[in-house]
Amino acid sequence: MPDVATRSSPPVPATEWMRALPPAMRFILHGDAAVRAAAAPIWGAAFAEEPCRAVVHESRATLWLGPDEYLLLGGAGESDLDVATAIEAALNGMPHALVGISHRQFALEVSGPHAATILSGACPLDLDIGEFTVNTCTRTILAKSDIVLWRTREDAFHLEVARSFSGYVGGLLREIALEFYGG
Amino acid sequence: MSTASNSAHRADAAMRTPSGGRIDRAQRIRFTFDGQSYVGAAGDTLASGLLANGVHLTGRSFKYHRPRGILAAGSEEPNALVTVSRDAARVTPNLRATQVELYDGLVAESQNRWPSLDRDFGRVNDLLSSFFPAGFYYKTFMWPKKAWKLLYEPMIRRAAGLGRAPAEADPDRYAQRYAHCDVLVVGAGPAGIAAALAAADGGARVILCDESAEFGGSLLTETGAVIDGQTALAWVQQGIASLAGNSRVTLLSRTTGFGYFPHNLIGLNQRLNDHVAVLPKNEPRERLWQVRARAVVLATGAIERPLVFPGNDRPGILLAGAAHTYLNRYGVRVGTRAVIVTSGDDAYQAALDLQNAGTEIAAIADLRPEVAGALPDAARRAGIHILPASTVLGTEGDLRISAVTLGVVQGGSVRAGQRIACDALLMSGGFTPSVHLFSQSRGKLKWSAEHQAFIPETSAECERSAGACRGVYELAEVLADGAMSGAASAPEPSHTQRRFSVQALKRDSRAYLGALPQANPPSSDKSFVDWQHDVTTRDLALATREGFQSIEHVKRYTTTGMATDQGKTSNLNAMAIVAKSLDVAIPQVGLTTFRMPYTPVTFGSLAGISRGDLFDPVRTTATHSWAQARGAVFENVGLWKRARYFPRGGEDMHAAVARECLAVRSACGIFDGSTLGKIEVVGPDAAEFMNRLYINNWSNLGVGRARYGILLRDDGFIYDDGVVARTGADRFHVTTTTGGAPRVLALMEDYRQTEWPELKVWLTSTTEHWAVIAVQGPKSRQVLESLVEGIDISAAAWPHMSVGHGRICGVPMLLFRVSFSGELGFEINVPADFGLGVWEAVHAAGQAHGITEYGTETMHVLRAEKGYIIVGQDTDGTLTPDDAGLTWAIGKAKADFVGKRSLDRASMKSPDRKQLVGLRTKDPNVVLEEGAQVAATAGQKPPMKLIGHVTSSYASSVLGHSIALGVVAGGRARLGQTLYVPMPGGDIEVEVTSPVFYDPTGARINA
Repeated sequence: MPDVATRSSPPVPATEWMRALPPAMRFILHGDAAVRAAAAPIWGAAFAEEPCRAVVHESRATLWLGPDEYLLLGGAGESDLDVATAIEAALNGMPHALVGISHRQFALEVSGPHAATILSGACPLDLDIGEFTVNTCTRTILAKSDIVLWRTREDAFHLEVARSFSGYVGGLLREIALEFYGG
Repeated sequence: MSTASNSAHRADAAMRTPSGGRIDRAQRIRFTFDGQSYVGAAGDTLASGLLANGVHLTGRSFKYHRPRGILAAGSEEPNALVTVSRDAARVTPNLRATQVELYDGLVAESQNRWPSLDRDFGRVNDLLSSFFPAGFYYKTFMWPKKAWKLLYEPMIRRAAGLGRAPAEADPDRYAQRYAHCDVLVVGAGPAGIAAALAAADGGARVILCDESAEFGGSLLTETGAVIDGQTALAWVQQGIASLAGNSRVTLLSRTTGFGYFPHNLIGLNQRLNDHVAVLPKNEPRERLWQVRARAVVLATGAIERPLVFPGNDRPGILLAGAAHTYLNRYGVRVGTRAVIVTSGDDAYQAALDLQNAGTEIAAIADLRPEVAGALPDAARRAGIHILPASTVLGTEGDLRISAVTLGVVQGGSVRAGQRIACDALLMSGGFTPSVHLFSQSRGKLKWSAEHQAFIPETSAECERSAGACRGVYELAEVLADGAMSGAASAPEPSHTQRRFSVQALKRDSRAYLGALPQANPPSSDKSFVDWQHDVTTRDLALATREGFQSIEHVKRYTTTGMATDQGKTSNLNAMAIVAKSLDVAIPQVGLTTFRMPYTPVTFGSLAGISRGDLFDPVRTTATHSWAQARGAVFENVGLWKRARYFPRGGEDMHAAVARECLAVRSACGIFDGSTLGKIEVVGPDAAEFMNRLYINNWSNLGVGRARYGILLRDDGFIYDDGVVARTGADRFHVTTTTGGAPRVLALMEDYRQTEWPELKVWLTSTTEHWAVIAVQGPKSRQVLESLVEGIDISAAAWPHMSVGHGRICGVPMLLFRVSFSGELGFEINVPADFGLGVWEAVHAAGQAHGITEYGTETMHVLRAEKGYIIVGQDTDGTLTPDDAGLTWAIGKAKADFVGKRSLDRASMKSPDRKQLVGLRTKDPNVVLEEGAQVAATAGQKPPMKLIGHVTSSYASSVLGHSIALGVVAGGRARLGQTLYVPMPGGDIEVEVTSPVFYDPTGARINA
């Protein structure tokens, strides 16, 4: 019997235009501006006050999901528990909610010249670069799946997908991309 | 007769003009129609290809099976419906031959004829037509009642043949795309192109679509006009090239704007490769666009209105504009000797062009008493005979028109005029603006006496109609109207304002409405109003005689305008005839509603990618592959696939479940409970929030302890249930039912945000973060003892309903001591990516203790043995906590919780309410049917007095008899009574028992 259980992320076959991103550390942080101000130095990345904006600092990112709700993304190298403990210590006495959700979802990157067009096959948002600029992020839908969509470059999108929807979302995107990249 | 006409057609094979048009004569395209081979040219439609070969007869009419030819040149075509097939699976019925583009090898067939188009047996219907008046199916097929299903309906359906659907699955792919733009322009005729150019001048994001293969609309036909010093065609090409070179502009040909949805969401259907001989690999057949446009310009043009006169449906009778289009766009003459009947000037240009191309124009019969103007003068100069004050009294010819008899209108009466031999009769009753999309957008139409048509008055959306679709017909005005609409729709004004200089002859586009004047007595032949549904003037008159006055009623009674063409060519004539018959003004008759789609849209396009495996998400848990490898049988629970049972060595479900149940009760079982909903409720007011929401008291729940919680709706009925753990002073881990997870979170958020915004509490779904591995059974502690680190799980230290953080297999764990089986049990929560690894480790460690994997079916039996309810199975939205025997869970000291006030209503306390009880059959081998009714007395005949029903029922291998849960009126007062479950085979005797069949003292769960 192994000492440590193997980590197995949902399988999504990599293609020229899509790949599963490495496992990540994830938290949802709820709280007001004071909470964000106190958490930012510990987490590393600042929190955008402008809606639907992501802020990246080194391996850490914060994504605005709601007026008092942020998704925190970091590398999987550190212990979630240690990071959570450090943030909780900084927020002691301030009303807030920090919940670890590292395994709730996984990340896909869709990139290349057709990235926005492929996503527009199932996402109703306007993904024109003038409207959905780099570091715009939002909760939205991809056909019948909830996702968080974050434009990381002009031609690259980071998708946060609920774990159990991996087969659906991967299959959906492959089906849509078939006319651009073949089978 | 038919042979003669066929050979005549072949002799006419030179109906193709030597030059001109938008076709490539050098590219010969072979195709077949009804098995006969023909050759067309690249750029032909099926209609133009057939006409080039002299073929007019393309179908049989819907009801009377009259021979019908091609009437139009566009999507309004009512007659020429064909089936086009590539192979057995790629069969598309009911296509308009006018929109089918020829490709090499195309196979088309006519519809609604037997045995052949030339000799059609159904033609007898025409002779028997007095038996098929309007509304005949309401009158004729009333009795006997049974005959409707067995005889009449199948017969009518077969007779009303509109092609047949293919029997094989559709092998093609269909795509969908969301798109956004500043200005969507629907229709790429002169108004649409001008609008797109003007909008693009301002830097707007523009989408321009047109249903046709080529942009240009009427300018592809109106070749005589000069715009900005160049030919109309050159102007179109230059404009389109300029748009194509603009990265902010998307051009979509073969794309129909079929639906106008709220807030400027427009549905477009793009046909990508129906026109090519070799289907490109991986390209979808069609793409459904959902376009959200800041502004919409409708430049949908107008449809030429046919004239209503006896015998107006013979092959060879076409709209004059269609004949003009066939000549100028496709290089095809529709006849050698044509008569033209018209209400205005527009047909004159067709006459002139046809004469130039070598078709003899026998006469122009003009409805106007005085005929003057530039175009009539030009016709006179060309030697064309013009007959003013004309009408049409009848036509001759069987499979093709051979002659027309005109009439002369004089002082309100009609006398017979000339009989003129011809092989084409071209009619023009002016234009009907295409207001379909405008009407779909809820825009307000107004009646225009000048146009004899309804035209847009007030827009409901950010929308502008431009050009012919709002009754602007002069080319110069159309271009100006389009440009103005485009510029006004753009978010930024353009620096330059587009102006167009146009040289074209002025024309009087006077429209005619209703039936043409007839002699007394009129011809006995039928005057068709709706070609596709075979509705005649007599049908409409009959409807008004029988008391129908609203056009909506007349429409339903006669089915006028209800065919697949939605009355594009017929609606206004029908209204006018009804108005005249009722002697009221047309606006009083009203206008029927236009409904989407503008033209039929394939199911494939609407389904898009949502078919097969992608029809719905298939959600799987971390252990799915393990269960698959073990041969698990899965069941759908919401979108989840859950292992239902794990058959071994050819076991059926009954045997597998019996074995799994015994294993859990005697040793230990392992079960994947990951699909349960999980919500983290966190914040200083978390306990207060839970107190207000759930019926239970949460204030006295200590950290590290869990409790069974029940959630009601505000009507007091059970909404959801689940174990709730307090993992911190300000933190609760709430579990919900699998199916209830999203709606419970939504309900919680609703209360949190709208009712109690003052509470400092937040909700986060953690359903998918945790894999949940239930280990249940008397040996479960022994299995886990060697694996769990950081928690003392001994009976003394860790009683039932304990919760704690620890580690297992080196990963963090939230461990519950809970049981849905009635045995000693644990639920291991680990981060989901570790779920499979931990599951395998527990399974391996459990081998020494006889651990057995089990599925949802065993889980259901085990919980039913304990009388645990499943929300949604044992409850149905009408059970209170007391009905379900759960009053004990209510926090009595609480001032309020969601649903509390409803529980105080008198009816909610009635002792006769249906209450949860156990039902035990007298025969232990009989398993009741879930859903079966319960009666108090035996031998009742319907209508029976029924007092309850069975909600859960299983064979219990552990108890050796069947068990059932049910809800029975006043059930708890009936313990020990015998009741009856009436079934087709007779009553089944049952005894009312406690719902707890197994271990009523709970000794095992607390072991």
